Amino acid sequence: MTIEVASLNESLGVTVQSVSPGRMVLRRFRTHKAAMVSIVVLAVVTLWVLLSPITARYGINEAVIDINEGANQNLAPFAKAWFGTDQIGRDLYSRIIYGMRVSLLIGFASAFLSLAIGALVGSVAGLKGGRFDDVVMRVTDIFLAFPFLVALMVVRSTLANVPWLKPLTGEINTVRFLIFLFALFGWMGVARVIRAQVLSLKEREFVEAARAAGASNGYIIRRHLLPNSAGPMLVALSLGVVGAIVSEATLALFGYGPNPGSGATSLGLLVSEARTAVRAGYWWLALFPFAGLLIITMCISFIGDGLRDAFDPKHMVDS
Amino acid sequence: MLRYIARRFVWMIPTLLLVTFLVYCAIRIGTDPVASYKRVNIRATREQLERYRSHNGLYEGAFGYVRGYFQWLGGFLSFDWPRSIKGQREVWPNLKDALANSLRLGIVASAVGILVGILMGVFAALRPGRLRDTSVNSAALIGLAVPPFVTALLLQLFFAVQWQTWFGKSLFPTSGVYPPGHSGFDLVLMAKHMVLPVVVVAIQSMAVYARYMRSSLLDVLNSDYMRTARSKGISDRRVLVRHGLRNALIPVTTLAFLDVGSIVGGLIITEGIFEYPGMGKFFLTAYSNGDFPELMPWMVLIIFSVVLFNLFADIAYAVLDPRIALD
Amino acid sequence: MSAPILSIRDLRVSFPTPAGLVRAVRGVNFNLEPGELVGVVGESGSGKSVSFLSIMGLLPPHAQVSGSAILAGQEMIGVDRDTVRRMRGKKVAMIFQDPLSALNPVQRVGAQIVEMIQSHQHLDDDAAHARAMELLDLVGLPQPDVRARQYPHQFSGGMRQRVMIAMAIANDPDVLIADEPTTALDVTVQAQILDVIQEIRRMTDTAVVFITHDLGVIARIADRVEVMYAGNCVEKAPVGDLFAHSNHPYTRGLLASLPVVGRDRLSPIVGAPPNMLAPPEGCAFRPRCPHAADECRGASGELVQAGPTLSACVRISEIGVSR
Repeated sequence: MTIEVASLNESLGVTVQSVSPGRMVLRRFRTHKAAMVSIVVLAVVTLWVLLSPITARYGINEAVIDINEGANQNLAPFAKAWFGTDQIGRDLYSRIIYGMRVSLLIGFASAFLSLAIGALVGSVAGLKGGRFDDVVMRVTDIFLAFPFLVALMVVRSTLANVPWLKPLTGEINTVRFLIFLFALFGWMGVARVIRAQVLSLKEREFVEAARAAGASNGYIIRRHLLPNSAGPMLVALSLGVVGAIVSEATLALFGYGPNPGSGATSLGLLVSEARTAVRAGYWWLALFPFAGLLIITMCISFIGDGLRDAFDPKHMVDS
Repeated sequence: MLRYIARRFVWMIPTLLLVTFLVYCAIRIGTDPVASYKRVNIRATREQLERYRSHNGLYEGAFGYVRGYFQWLGGFLSFDWPRSIKGQREVWPNLKDALANSLRLGIVASAVGILVGILMGVFAALRPGRLRDTSVNSAALIGLAVPPFVTALLLQLFFAVQWQTWFGKSLFPTSGVYPPGHSGFDLVLMAKHMVLPVVVVAIQSMAVYARYMRSSLLDVLNSDYMRTARSKGISDRRVLVRHGLRNALIPVTTLAFLDVGSIVGGLIITEGIFEYPGMGKFFLTAYSNGDFPELMPWMVLIIFSVVLFNLFADIAYAVLDPRIALD
Repeated sequence: MSAPILSIRDLRVSFPTPAGLVRAVRGVNFNLEPGELVGVVGESGSGKSVSFLSIMGLLPPHAQVSGSAILAGQEMIGVDRDTVRRMRGKKVAMIFQDPLSALNPVQRVGAQIVEMIQSHQHLDDDAAHARAMELLDLVGLPQPDVRARQYPHQFSGGMRQRVMIAMAIANDPDVLIADEPTTALDVTVQAQILDVIQEIRRMTDTAVVFITHDLGVIARIADRVEVMYAGNCVEKAPVGDLFAHSNHPYTRGLLASLPVVGRDRLSPIVGAPPNMLAPPEGCAFRPRCPHAADECRGASGELVQAGPTLSACVRISEIGVSR
């Protein structure tokens, strides 16, 4: 049984050379091997996907072989279609490349949006307290207690039927609509994390000092609270990206994904096609979209884990 | 303590009223029950439509929503539930079966997942930084990063389709509670149908609880009172169980109560993929039909379960941790 | 003189870290007579707590401990964990610095004491409970029967420390190790706790090791003092002699840095404690010492008689022995 003596380093008198906190975080992050590998993989994949026109030899809705020249449906991988073809003869590789682009866009856009909203609401709620804080916490309590997918689907259809939101969110089932939908859910988790952070920072001396020196709330948020909340915010961002990408795929699985007709596809749509393909034994239609999805979710999860350890070394694995 | 619980129970009533009202509004705006009725029953006469509208209290305008809500509430409480828009079926018998099926799946899966997850977390936390810790941690991280539908579809692909091509028959059925046409109760058959869905749900909770238990136990193991406990000269096992686990399980238990509360509505993905006739499947069908008379009672069950288990979680926390003040 | 109840010989403790081996304790010798109260003084990181935690077997398993510590006739270093465990709480007990975090927050105070009693004495629940009441009364806790049913968070800091003391003396240990027991407390409460410890010592004849960085507390309570610096003992003396005639530059520095009524400025010791990854060779205090010379590099750390004290300073006769 291992029971570490609390603050052992301190009592041992290990004097650490003065290193800036940011640098310490970076140094700890670098020791997280899985996270470092994930960053490289994710960067390569993202670059690959952004440069999709170079390797995608076909359009999203383009058939590999003209139907008049022979059967083109559900072909196993071969030279003309590296990942095989789908049920109407389109090149799976090209579709995955373009689909990942849409999924990454949905993931990052909604995560950044929810981070912005969540950081704002969370820090104001934490700083101001009182009625505003109560209301925000109650609302998020209710939403977070609800089974996620139920809440997501109910809000989805409600959002779509509020006429004055149309100019902002766009039509239901467009990519823009999904980004706003996921952001609407994502900000709550972020806000709670930031609020907790703010509440603990609020008691610390440097914030009290700034307040005593007459700094405004806005200044304190910008100069003290947000920089000190960088760790939880980055972790929340990573969770948000994964959450949005998986949510998109889940919605698509039940037929509520982005419209396939709009000249784009997404990992969610490809995965939902896999559902029927699995039963028929067309393994490539399941395998490659899954691989695409899992590469993204796993890399980002490991990066998030590395960030968490780097900012909060208490629970670090590689000690 | 009893007064606290009683007061919390009384407070549940306004909470339930408020949340059900919000959900009522959301569903009326989101699914547009009248339009859905017309879409599902294309040949409905004007009289039938009017009857549906008045029976369900689907009045327009802000006041109409309030009035409609109270009419719906009265009907719901007196058990005078409107029939579903598709097939004019009674709602309760189907809902009841769905609830039973979901509870069976959810309780088995959560029990397995939470227990195994806690054991994994303890196993990892006892040797922080060692191989077993890193492997449990990575496994849990992967378990969380793989969406449940991917697990579900891969299991289907492997145990049904590929197994069939290799061995001539599939190992586990991939849909339903019983094979089509089956009637009566058959425990073995039912268990076989539950294996794959249980695995999918259990993997998720295993991953969550392994990580949660690990970090909770690490917090406790690093605390001063663990050193005091060891300084007493009591056995390592007693130090771990009576002082370590006793404290580390407090937050985990709270989380478990919250999770059990969301079983009722939380298995949508698994049930959808395995065609498992539980609450999730019920919701998916009702939602896609815009079936207002089916959706509302379903929602009430979900809300009730969530609110009730939230209360249980608070009570459990107060019982387990004397530092929590009850007022 | 009777045989020492605790005898430490050449105790060394190191911790492997990613940056290298941290040598926290570097050859400490220490004797404790029955019934004696010895103060161990030093700044944070001087190895004073680690030394005694290692005797108790309470260091994390990766700690490398060598040397010998014989407690009540039993070797405590390098023997199997179970032997050490059985000594803990019975022959040697410990009081920790922060009484709030040192008590289990979810266990009733009485139960924590009863657990201590029953793990070493075969008493049934009633007898153990009665004994716990007796102990709580002994440490001056009013209404022991009511208090025993409460949880630590319902106690004040001083009361919690009394509970810790009651727990520590539950099995009449030969040695009580008090690791900065008053540091986290208010000054008035500090005084009460010191009184309790004195009282206990009078009544039970338990030998006490009192670890602190507070010389004022030492002056008040200790019979003898050992001063530690960078993992070594640099000076040992009876308490009166240490304050009147200290014979090590570090001890003198410590005494000079104390606030004194009528003196305007404090004179702190310049510099910072050494990095224990690579402590200076010879006398570790050398880099901060106003009297350092080349011969200090070769200092063995051996204590020699200098006036009324034993000092590790090799240049003490040049600097001037205080008698």
